Amino acid sequence: MEFFHEPKIDWMGIKWYFIALSLALAAAGLTSMAVKKGLGYGIDFRGGTVVNVKFSKAPNLDAIRSELDRENLHGSTIQRIGVPSDHEVIIGLDLKTTTSSAALDEGKRAIVTALSGLYGQAETSKLDFNNSSPQTVSDHLVAVDPLGLSSKGLDSATKTYRDLAEAIVNFRNSSPRSGLISDFQELSLVPGVNAGVIATLRNDFYLSGFAVKNTEIVGPKVGKDLRRQALYVTLAGLGAMLVYIWFRFELSYGVAAVVATFHDVTITLGFFSLLNKEITLTVIAALLTLVGYSMNDTIVVFDRIRENVRLNKRENFVDLVNRSINQTLSRTILTSGLTFLAVLSLFLFGGEVIHGFSFALVVGVIIGTYSSIFIASPIVVFFRQRLAGSSVVGRSRTYEREAAPARR
Amino acid sequence: MKIKGRAIFIGVVMLACVLGIIGFPKNFQELKDNVRSRIHLGLDLKGGTHLVLQVQVEDAVNITADQALERLRDELKAKNVPYADVQKADDTQVQPPKHRILVKGVPQEKAADLQTLSTEQYSDWDLSRVPGDPTSWMLALKTTAAASIRNQALLQSMTTINNRIDQLGVMEATIAEYRQGDFELVVQLPGVDDPTRVKDIIQSTALLELKLVQDGPYASREAGLGAHGGVLPPDTQLLPGPTGQNGETWYVVNRVAAVTGRDLSGAEPSHDENGRPSVNFTLTRDGAARFGRVTGANVGKLLAIVLDNRVYDAPVINSQISDRGEITGPFTAQKVQDLALVLRSGALPASITYLQENTVGPSLGADSIRHGIIACIVGFVAVIGFMLVYYRGAGINADLALILNLIILVAAMGYIGAVLTLPGIAGVILTVGMGVDSNVLIFERIREELRLGKAVGAAVAGGFEHAFVTIIDTHVTTIVSAAILFTFGTGPIKGFAVTLTIGLVANLFTSVFVSRVIFDYVLSRREKGAELSI
Repeated sequence: MEFFHEPKIDWMGIKWYFIALSLALAAAGLTSMAVKKGLGYGIDFRGGTVVNVKFSKAPNLDAIRSELDRENLHGSTIQRIGVPSDHEVIIGLDLKTTTSSAALDEGKRAIVTALSGLYGQAETSKLDFNNSSPQTVSDHLVAVDPLGLSSKGLDSATKTYRDLAEAIVNFRNSSPRSGLISDFQELSLVPGVNAGVIATLRNDFYLSGFAVKNTEIVGPKVGKDLRRQALYVTLAGLGAMLVYIWFRFELSYGVAAVVATFHDVTITLGFFSLLNKEITLTVIAALLTLVGYSMNDTIVVFDRIRENVRLNKRENFVDLVNRSINQTLSRTILTSGLTFLAVLSLFLFGGEVIHGFSFALVVGVIIGTYSSIFIASPIVVFFRQRLAGSSVVGRSRTYEREAAPARR
Repeated sequence: MKIKGRAIFIGVVMLACVLGIIGFPKNFQELKDNVRSRIHLGLDLKGGTHLVLQVQVEDAVNITADQALERLRDELKAKNVPYADVQKADDTQVQPPKHRILVKGVPQEKAADLQTLSTEQYSDWDLSRVPGDPTSWMLALKTTAAASIRNQALLQSMTTINNRIDQLGVMEATIAEYRQGDFELVVQLPGVDDPTRVKDIIQSTALLELKLVQDGPYASREAGLGAHGGVLPPDTQLLPGPTGQNGETWYVVNRVAAVTGRDLSGAEPSHDENGRPSVNFTLTRDGAARFGRVTGANVGKLLAIVLDNRVYDAPVINSQISDRGEITGPFTAQKVQDLALVLRSGALPASITYLQENTVGPSLGADSIRHGIIACIVGFVAVIGFMLVYYRGAGINADLALILNLIILVAAMGYIGAVLTLPGIAGVILTVGMGVDSNVLIFERIREELRLGKAVGAAVAGGFEHAFVTIIDTHVTTIVSAAILFTFGTGPIKGFAVTLTIGLVANLFTSVFVSRVIFDYVLSRREKGAELSI
């Protein structure tokens, strides 16, 4: 099977259309960032509190909001995530509502208090089973000893109950319950759970209509530092790549590759800004992946240009670049197509947690492939033509110059 | 090397990797346990609490400076060096702050005595004249000394926190320096999804001091000061006590403690004679000797039990006490447990602030794993299926290389104990992408060589040879940047760099070496003149 049979496309001839498209995309993204006063950073960079809550039935967002307001948590953001039947909600609080660094988790506590008021139970002597850890469950089981294990010695009994509690909580957390049960009787499916265990749990716990699945609290200092660090480390990585490509190819190739990668990151960030998506730490991981991918793609093309230059010193450089891109086109399309397939499946099936991550990759794979051809290669051509134009016997001399530093 | 030799080498590597993942299981359950214990999932995947905290190391330097100041006053008196004032004059404009003590009004003829004292007793401090004032001197804590105090405080905090978490019984908890130079620690608590209690326990300074009461209790701070005409007697301090039915209490106590938490040999939760929860402590031999001397000489006086600069109790010393004591207060049973725990684990040398807290509930962890696995399988099957359709026979080759690549990656991570996190999975994805790319590069090149009319053997050799240069360049470039990410990045960025580096090295092995061996094997079995399935 073969998609492309020796294509002969004049890539350098149509480059301006695509450079214009790139400029337009970059301009749109940068304008959006300027209008929105910077990128929309997630809580991990901005500082604040995010709580991910699952409800047993469709939550009433307005009721939650007014309850949060009553807890003095104004300006909170509440959004549904996943498919509607998941009943999942993310509640975000900005740093300004959680000012004191002494009580970092103040915001979270207030959210839980508010939700308990709405979806919990008034009687406070019992614990909420849906928000209890295996440790808590195990402590209560040990105290009551519904299986009558005391004769077997404390250590063995404690271990049995710890394993049982873990199994119970795992059952509660597994699909389709995903962290919430609505009746203790459901637990009878767990091996080792008998009527006594269920009675003990019923006695000590109640079942609320919500479960806190995930909490993220970031203090002001960490957020700023992380942002700075992510930027510096990425720039350092790009610098290191530039030096390596300089060493293996030529400085102009290194500059071209770095400019192309920078272009990819800028446009991807632009999409995030245009679509109001948040930049989180996992998005940064995706951007790092994108940098690696785009660089890989560019080097493959450059490698072919280098090889062809060595074989054909007299060939017109523009023709040579076109030929190199055409020769690698089949591989470029295949690789990016397959990678796109893989990240698309992440985007479609990967779930909410990595949504931003996979979105960045879906955009990045397309941009990264395209930039090797329409950004990186034209820059190399541009450098070559400028060098050639500055000298009367420019052309042949530059080709000779080309061969020297490109060593194997 | 002959094909056989190379094939055996590959077999050995694969065997080591597979055993690295599954061990030697006797049954299915053991196999599951082995795999689970060898693949270390990060907290974001398996659930738990991740805390970033900062040790306020400047506290420890301040304490040292305060003690030096107290001692200096005493020494000057003992050596008959008159002075007008000794006070702290820290320079907080710079980062880190410079700790200084200003000594004013030392007669010029006594300057030599001060200099001798400084060289003999204050080797960590630099003594210099204050410009424009011949009677004033400045003692500045040396930068190296301050740095060593800070590092010491960090290490001691780490040990203390580690002890406390250990005693809480959190399994597989880790504590490590987060960003060097910032005195930040990262504490990972797998399975803990309500960190409130753990956080309180980590944070409590737990500085226990037993101090003699000079006078008191007073009903307010002002009353305490007023009883001494507004100025406390030297070497004493005014501390708040328990607030009871009669309101606040304040005690004037000795600044120097008779014994401190360092002299404890043990602390256990217990009950006092009224059945209220209390903490019983025992002292080391050295501490007991000192405690015995102090209590013996002060029978009838009050002894303040001070925890974190707050008087919890001030019982009368009825007789000489040597090696044990009891702390009572308005404690719950839980609080007494925790207090005994933190006393046993030692005091923190500096206070702690929390910078970040991330709790992943186990159900979210399970959900993201499930989604991740589904997505990976779908993506993987799509890629593998496509390679088979597009490259036919050679597709099997590529798919084998890809699967081996992942096995090596997982095994290597298990061997070095690396942790798989969400960003780490990003590294795996890039690895798979580049693995596919390597194979595509090679195959496309072989096709090209075939189109040029080369014989099958020569085409395969040429394809590998040409593609090898490209593959080396792409891989080294990415590994170089991953090395930078690993060196300078923290947490998530590091996780990405680790999987990426291992994956790419494995990929060089599988797509260049293993794939070539398979090709050579196929070629060796091929009938002369038959076409290559690619």
